[in-house]
Amino acid sequence: MKYVRFFIMGILFGIILSKSEVISWFRIQEMFRFQSIHMYGVIGTAVITGILVIQFIKRTKMKDAQGQYIQVVEQEPGYARNLIGGTIFGLGWALTGACPGPLFILLGHQGLVFLIPLAGAVLGTFVYGILRPKLPH
Amino acid sequence: MNKVIEFIQQPWPWWVSGPLIAYIMFSLLYFGKGFGLSTNFKTVCNILGADKFSDFFKFDWRDQIWNLVFVTGTIIGGFLAAHYLTPSQVVAISPSTIADLKAIGVANPGASYEPEMFNAENVWSLRSMIFLLAGGFFVGFGTRYANGCTSGHAISGLSNLQKWSLVAVVGFFIGGLTMTHLIMPYLMKL
Repeated sequence: MKYVRFFIMGILFGIILSKSEVISWFRIQEMFRFQSIHMYGVIGTAVITGILVIQFIKRTKMKDAQGQYIQVVEQEPGYARNLIGGTIFGLGWALTGACPGPLFILLGHQGLVFLIPLAGAVLGTFVYGILRPKLPH
Repeated sequence: MNKVIEFIQQPWPWWVSGPLIAYIMFSLLYFGKGFGLSTNFKTVCNILGADKFSDFFKFDWRDQIWNLVFVTGTIIGGFLAAHYLTPSQVVAISPSTIADLKAIGVANPGASYEPEMFNAENVWSLRSMIFLLAGGFFVGFGTRYANGCTSGHAISGLSNLQKWSLVAVVGFFIGGLTMTHLIMPYLMKL
């Protein structure tokens, strides 16, 4: 039962990204061509709101539902991993027109065709895990 | 009630969606979880037995059940939005994007959420496989290499003022701009 809340949050997230057209291949093409504020507005207002939320959490030493201090994860350092990994992800983001969240949402929105990029993503993750010791990080 | 449903059925503007995404991030933090969708690919690898091939996949997947439940919810959310909340599938992209995409050979840009080459009847072609299967492969490989995608780096990382997330987001755009402007016109000729 403790998982029900995550199920509901997921449904809301799926509806939000669907209704604001973030999952659309055309919106991602428009973003990479700098021809509309739409995607920059979505990400920008999410980040501005997020900065306010995280500053509030840190300054008030807010606790989570279990009474633990809320920890916001620090990202892994390293130019190679973030820049090269980010660039490879960007190539895929432009091709599929979807980042990981939208790939799952599109499976419900558009149908089974989106099992193809999801299978590709699982395979890509697996190949990264195998090649990881040989890659610069 | 009908008025409310009609109101929701319109396309939502960006200034509604952005803060709602931050609210989802906050809700996850409040319940002790981090906002990161691409981790689910790693969990699926683990469940399929990838831990036999690399220590990278050795972890207890049960710690990620909440995330698999969340992602299952997103699939249901997408289904509900498509079938009950979106009477018009037209995406009102800018006229210049429509013109640019027509110029490289994309049919009917913005007429629906996804291009016609992703329809079930068109998908078994070399071009569609490069866009979907190779594209998905790059998404999976790149997010794990950079340790995060749009939710982990662009939303959570930038909200937490993380330098390395900014580096990753710069990478997202190097890749996306290269693909869109330099490579995609050739792929469309396949």
